Amino acid sequence: MIWTAIRRVSISGIKNFIRSGAVSFATVLIMTVTLSIIGALILLSALLNYTLTTIRNKVDVNVYFVTTAAQSDILTLQHKLTQLPQVQSVSFTSRAQALVAFRARYANDQLTLQALNELGSNPLDASLSIKAKEPSQYANIVSFLNAGPALSAGGTSIIDRINYEQNKTVINRLSLIINTTQKVGIAIVLLFAIASIIIALATVRLAIYTARDEISVMRLVGASNAYIRGPFIVAGVIAGIIAALLVLLLMLPATWYTSNLTTTWFGGFNFFEYYRIHFLMLTSSLIGAGILLGGTASFLAIRRYLTV
Amino acid sequence: MIYFEKVSKLYDGDTTPALEDVTLSVAPKEFISIVGHSGAGKTTLIKMLLAEEPPTSGAVFFESVNIQELPSSALYHYRRRIGTVFQDFRLIPHKTAYENIAFAMEAAGRGDDEIASDVPHILELIDLTDKKNHFPHQLSGGEQQRVAIGRAIINQPDVIVADEPTGNLDPINTYEIVQILKKINELGTTVLITTHNKGVVDSVGRRVITMDRGRIVRDDAKGQFIL
Repeated sequence: MIWTAIRRVSISGIKNFIRSGAVSFATVLIMTVTLSIIGALILLSALLNYTLTTIRNKVDVNVYFVTTAAQSDILTLQHKLTQLPQVQSVSFTSRAQALVAFRARYANDQLTLQALNELGSNPLDASLSIKAKEPSQYANIVSFLNAGPALSAGGTSIIDRINYEQNKTVINRLSLIINTTQKVGIAIVLLFAIASIIIALATVRLAIYTARDEISVMRLVGASNAYIRGPFIVAGVIAGIIAALLVLLLMLPATWYTSNLTTTWFGGFNFFEYYRIHFLMLTSSLIGAGILLGGTASFLAIRRYLTV
Repeated sequence: MIYFEKVSKLYDGDTTPALEDVTLSVAPKEFISIVGHSGAGKTTLIKMLLAEEPPTSGAVFFESVNIQELPSSALYHYRRRIGTVFQDFRLIPHKTAYENIAFAMEAAGRGDDEIASDVPHILELIDLTDKKNHFPHQLSGGEQQRVAIGRAIINQPDVIVADEPTGNLDPINTYEIVQILKKINELGTTVLITTHNKGVVDSVGRRVITMDRGRIVRDDAKGQFIL
């Protein structure tokens, strides 16, 4: 019985959608615009995250060790730091590695290299480069280092200096910018999403308004509210799915074209690559949004015609 | 079977009531014509019976049940017991003649086999077998009204309510529709029609209720009326 009702409602919904040509076309068109905005917001969110991650990765704090510090003591400290929940990674640079890097960096600066050679020994310190999960957590990590200073076997501190104080202002400012950008980004995404949903709701409402006489007839022949509502929800869902597929199709040339123009602008973020790699996620998100939007809009729009 | 007990209806914003203190009873298998000029209250009376409008005071009973007290979940079951026909046909525009009639059966939860056997029978009865796949806009006024009657009788309702069923039809189609309604009544279904067509009332020749400004001014079992 229930399957017969579901089958009839589905067939009726499909027929309604096909036979109400112009109204269905207008609904699909508006929902395509709505889902395009949602699709664009997904891409922009990805770009925002990519940019913020890139900035985060550029921030680190370096701990420099006295030249007499034993490598085993430094590696013990590295292990302790790695255990901290705030720490994302800790990389060790030995004095020799620092020297090689220094020489490579100043390969074209003969004066500096000559001065280095004249010293006769390696003046550079070993160091640990610490990356926190969030820029705001560097203060805690530095507190940890200051509270339990790493000591050598002789009982003296092996830490020469930490470059946090010099970078503190920049790190705090970056933390603020990242947090604010995230909040503003979420607010903009929500605002556009809500605005586009309202537009889609109004269109579906208009489509159902044109069928109000039909709804009253259905009521008069004794159709239950669920039986009346069903085909309209099915038609709304079909419009949502078609619109989602159209948006996916339109995103292919759009991301390809914008990628050619903007990849260098956005620090390597490639819209087309994102579309290709995350195609399944985009498909499920847009079709899910289409179904939800079409179904919910129809459900809400028809409600007012089902009273009495 | 149907009983209107001192029913009055005042629409929001109106100063004069559409119905005033109407008391009326309808027995099973009756064929009643309700006549009156525009604004007499005929359509309001029908709307009350279909539970489309609640009375301002009084009550409408169908088989001793006050229909205003029916929960909304039971309302569609009640409506399945009444077949409705309107002046403007009110067919579903994007359904064919066959689908419009079948819809009433689908809505009542009838099985596919029943629909497949009953709808062609009704199409034959209303003489539209050859136009079963036509949409309403492809049918004449008379044909559309016949489809509406087919839809109204397909579930074998207890009552057929026809609100000005011949209002948009030419004399030949009017005659045909009246003959179909008389035939339905002869088969045992109660019929209530509203009209201001004297020819229709004379042709039916049964009980006539005359309404004027929301009141029943005459109720004559022999077909006499004032217009």
